[in-house]
Formats: sequence, C-alpha cells, structure tokens
Amino acid sequence: MEENESEMVTIHVMGKKHRVPADLTIMKAMEYSGHQFRRGAGCRGGYCGACAAMYRVKGSYKLQGALACQKIVEDGMYIAQIPFSPAEKITYDLLELRPDANTFLEYYPEISRCLSCNTCTKACPQDIEVMDYVQASLRGDVEEAAKLSFDCISCGLCAVRCPAEIVPYNVGQLARRLNSRYLIGPTKHVIKRVEEVEAGEFDADIDELKRLDRKTLQERYEGREVKL
Amino acid sequence: MSTGTSGLYFTFKPENAAFKAKVEELSGENIDLCFQCGACSSGCPLTGEMDLLPSTVIRYAQLGMAEVLESKTPWICITCFNCEIRCPRGIDIANVMEAIREMMLRTKYDKFTLDELTPEELRELPQIAIISNQRKLTA
Amino acid sequence: MRLAYYPGCTMKTDAKNFDESTYSAAEALGIELLEPTRWNCCGTVHALAKDNVMNYLAPIRNLIRVEQMNEAELVDDKRVVTQCAMCYNTLKRANAAAKADPDKMGKIRDFMEKEPNYQGSVSVVHMLELIKGLGWDEVKSKVVKPLDGLKVSPYYGCLLLRPREYGIDDPDHPTVMEDLLEALGAEVVDNPYKAKCCGAYHAVHMKEVAADLSYRILKQAQEAGADIIVTACPLCQFNLGDRQNEVKKHQREFEGIPVVYYTQLMALAFGKEGTGFEQNTPDPVPVLEEKGLL
Repeated sequence: MEENESEMVTIHVMGKKHRVPADLTIMKAMEYSGHQFRRGAGCRGGYCGACAAMYRVKGSYKLQGALACQKIVEDGMYIAQIPFSPAEKITYDLLELRPDANTFLEYYPEISRCLSCNTCTKACPQDIEVMDYVQASLRGDVEEAAKLSFDCISCGLCAVRCPAEIVPYNVGQLARRLNSRYLIGPTKHVIKRVEEVEAGEFDADIDELKRLDRKTLQERYEGREVKL
Repeated sequence: MSTGTSGLYFTFKPENAAFKAKVEELSGENIDLCFQCGACSSGCPLTGEMDLLPSTVIRYAQLGMAEVLESKTPWICITCFNCEIRCPRGIDIANVMEAIREMMLRTKYDKFTLDELTPEELRELPQIAIISNQRKLTA
Repeated sequence: MRLAYYPGCTMKTDAKNFDESTYSAAEALGIELLEPTRWNCCGTVHALAKDNVMNYLAPIRNLIRVEQMNEAELVDDKRVVTQCAMCYNTLKRANAAAKADPDKMGKIRDFMEKEPNYQGSVSVVHMLELIKGLGWDEVKSKVVKPLDGLKVSPYYGCLLLRPREYGIDDPDHPTVMEDLLEALGAEVVDNPYKAKCCGAYHAVHMKEVAADLSYRILKQAQEAGADIIVTACPLCQFNLGDRQNEVKKHQREFEGIPVVYYTQLMALAFGKEGTGFEQNTPDPVPVLEEKGLL
C-alpha cells in the first residue's frame, strides 16, 4: 500500500508507537499495525460489545471509553484494549424472581456501594446514563432501569471504571429481564406469530426456501423488503 | 491488645506524633482537648460490645499509639453521636472513630463484605441498612 | 404551598407506607410535594473523614436537582423536604459543608464536570420541622378523627437530633413529636430511650447486637404503658418493627408492640387514605381497632 504521509496519524497501542492511516477505526488501525485479534473482536458493527477499548488523546487527561470497531483514531491517541471485565456470571431463575429492589440487592448487593460519582456514565461508549440506571435499580424502579439501560451492549467499560466495584451492565440486564417478564408481560404480536408458526402457516414458505439454490436464496435475501 | 508501654513510663516517639497527627488530620478534631472525664463512654449505648471504652480510644490517640487500630471499638461505634452531645470539651468523638476506621479501610481492609450474607438476608434487609453498613465498613 | 420533596430509596420500597402516608398527611395540610425528576441515593451515611470528597457527590447532585427545580420555578421556595432521618442528615450536612468549604466544593465541581454549579441556595428541612412551622393549632384544625385513648411513645433515634448542630430539636429534650401527637389527640407516653440508637446498620452483620439495642427501647415503651411506638426513619422502623422476631429469639417473654411512622398516624387522624398499616410488622391494626380508630 502506498502511504500518503499527510493522511497518516501516530497512535500508541499498548505503549508502542505506530503510524496508521487517519481514517481507520481503532480496530482496523491495530490490525494495520500488526495486531491480530483472537479475542476482543466480534460483529465489527458496533452491536456486540466485544471490542471495548480505552484511550487518551494528546493534551487531555480524560480517560475515554470506546468500541474499537467504531471509534476513528486521532493523532496522538494512546490505546489499550479492554476485551473483558472480570465479572462473576450470576445465574438466576427469572420465573422465580420479584421485580423489586431486594431482587437487585440479592444478586448484586454491591450496588449499595454506589457513590453516584457518575464515572460509569462517562466511560460508556453508548452514552447511556449508567449511574442513573444503577440508582433506579437501587430504589426498585425496574421500569426506569430497564428503559435507561436499553442500549447497553455489555462492553464492560463501566465495570472496569466503577470505584465501588459494581458491574453495572449485569444490573441493567437483570432490570430489562425483570421488566420484560413482570412489568411489560409477554409481547402480544410475538405470541400471535408463534401461534401462526405452530399452526403451520409458514410451512410451505419454509419448504420453498429450503429447496432454493444458493444464488437464488442470496438474491431473495438482498432484494427483501426491510421495514425500519 | 498490647498497651505499647514499657514499665511505668511511656516515651512519645516520632511515630507516635505522626500517628496522632494523622488522626487529627482525618478527624478534624483537637484530641488534646480531652481530659478523660468519660462522659462519652457513659453515654455510649454500645460499650458492652467494645474492648476499649470510647474515652480510652481517645487516650490511645492522644498518645499516638497505633495499637488502637486493632481495637474492635471503632467498628462497634455506630456514629449515633451520643458522645458528641455529651462531650464537655466539644470533641466530636464519632469523627475520631471514623478517622481510625478510615486508616484501616485505606489499607484495602474490609471489616465486613456482603459476600458473607445469605440471599435470604439480602432479601430481607432494606437498602438503607446495607448502604450505610457498606459505607462505614468497606474500603 | 408547593415544595420539593426528596424521598430517598427505602421510601420507594420497604417504607412505601411512609412515603404514601407522607403525601396524604401533606395534602391534608395543604402542602403539595414534588419530587425531582431524577434523583440518586442521598449518599448516606455522611462521611466524617475531613479529606473525603467522594461521598459528597451523591448529596450534592441531589441538591443540584432541587436547585434546578427552584430555578424553573416549579416550587414555591428553596426548601427541600426530607422524611428519612438518614437522608435528612446526609443532605443537611453536605449542604452545610458545601457552603462552608469552597475548596471542597471546587473539587466536587471539577469532578462532576457536566453538572451545573451548585450555588448553595437550597435549605434542607425535615417534614417535622415543616409541620412545626405551620403551628400545632393548624395541625389540630385538620384532625377529623382524634387519636383518643391511644397511648403513643415517640422514638426519635439518632440523626434527627444529633449532631447538635444538625438536629431538628433539642437533642436532650426533644418535644416536636410529642407536640404533634398531642395535636392529633393521642396520649403521649415518654420513653427515656427515645433518642438511644436502635442498632442502625449493625442489623446487617451484628443482628443480636442490634436486636438488644432495639429491645431496650421497645421494653421501656411497653413498661411505660404505650400501645404503639412511632418512628421517623425507615431504618429505625426496620430494627424496632420488622426485627422484633429477632428480639423474641433472645427475649422469650417479649410479646411485641406495633411500630408505625408518625405520618401514618397523621393520615389516620386527618381521615385520609394511604395509611398503609397493612405493611407494618407487627400488625398495628388490632390495637387501632380496639381503640375504635379503624
């Protein structure tokens, strides 16, 4: 590749200096400079939360969080990948829970240590009001916690930064599950569709798809109607 | 616990001065004002659980004796401020207790962690109990 | 009169009956309470170490929310009403520190960044102070069902009265709850332990110690002939009420005594809904029925 020096920037990956094209994401810049991802890369589209990274830019004390697949590099950026935040995977039976504050305290009692410092919110690459949903959980406001944490992709940066050692994304997930199970209740259109599937309404269509060759299937997929 | 004294006299060493200064800095209290009247101890509802009386803790601090960090008393103190309204010398003894707790907590020491509670206990307790407990007893 | 009201976390869960009866009692007195749209933990308990800044973040954030309500003219004056004794103490002390210690405030402001600067305009009051300010005759005039024949022992606990500088009443001889109960028509029964600690957060890891402290308070009230104990703090309520099962484990002869929030008795005397007695442990309904109040 022919390099155009005017469009190159200097970045520091885990302390090592590299020259990389200015329009690359952190992830692509790291690959450009020779790193190979075995962990810490997933969908590459900003949805899966696997590629959390932290960085500082030249001249600023601010420690910032980002998804490596989304954030474009800046000149003088110091980058460290944080592909995983150590957190216990707690299991519970959703059907046995109650949507109240003590459910949160039972599984994540450390939320009681929240100092409202808001560091989690500042670290969140999704611009979620993390501290507010932790606080909503603490006072048993399941609906608010679920609503505020809705865009969470569990990248883990909040958990890495929390001085009270809380794992906020797990708390938000519990809130959303409690909200869906107990407060919103089953989604009617999903139930209707499941009934239709079980009644065999789509069997013929599925059979037809199964018989298609790869090329036709691909054409169908690309030409499908997407309602946003 | 050991008293740190040897024989009949006590030598106030630089390390004692440093410890005393740290307690005063963290608590914001002038502990030399204490003349050991014991009013704080007589009003304290928790002396039955303590190994040192509150007034004795102040005496240890006056003498800069770091052994007081090993005492149960600052952890039994629940900052009810009964001593504060009784002290004729205007010392807020609860602040001194907090200073001693803080000196321990700042060495990565947790007096009590929530891991020790059962799910049933966590379900029963109101947030206010858990929050205040953690604020006082964990680093 | 429309005022900002900071409820605190426990008032929205275990102490819902305190919260609901607060609204009922306030309504009867012509007070409209308005919660900030966003609030967080009050930050309890107040950090006593002089170099602590971190623990001020939570209370100062809440005070900023109230200040914003003032600026938007959503409320009539600069007071924020609290109910939980621990919220009251934490917000009151943080507010005082913010005004007295510009260095600390500067650090807090720098740390919070995105929050507006706290101007220190808010004044933190407890509901009992507010009611006292209305005058006991005013309270009496709203009573439709006097609590005749009900012997009530008020319990203050620690943080409503102490430290002296931040208390709502004389820490040695408080009278505000007594005056209120008399205005409601109840017979006040004094308890020498009314300002002794209930065991507070020792309830978490030293159950027996907390139960022992609570027992002394309960026993004194009972021996003085009280039918019921009144509290003003969800943690006191938990230790004195809900944890009577723990007391009974150690004190076999103890028979239990109902414990309610003062606002529940206010709502009852004012003939309002939202007394929430069914949420109290032990059940206060039998004694209130016996006295012809329910």
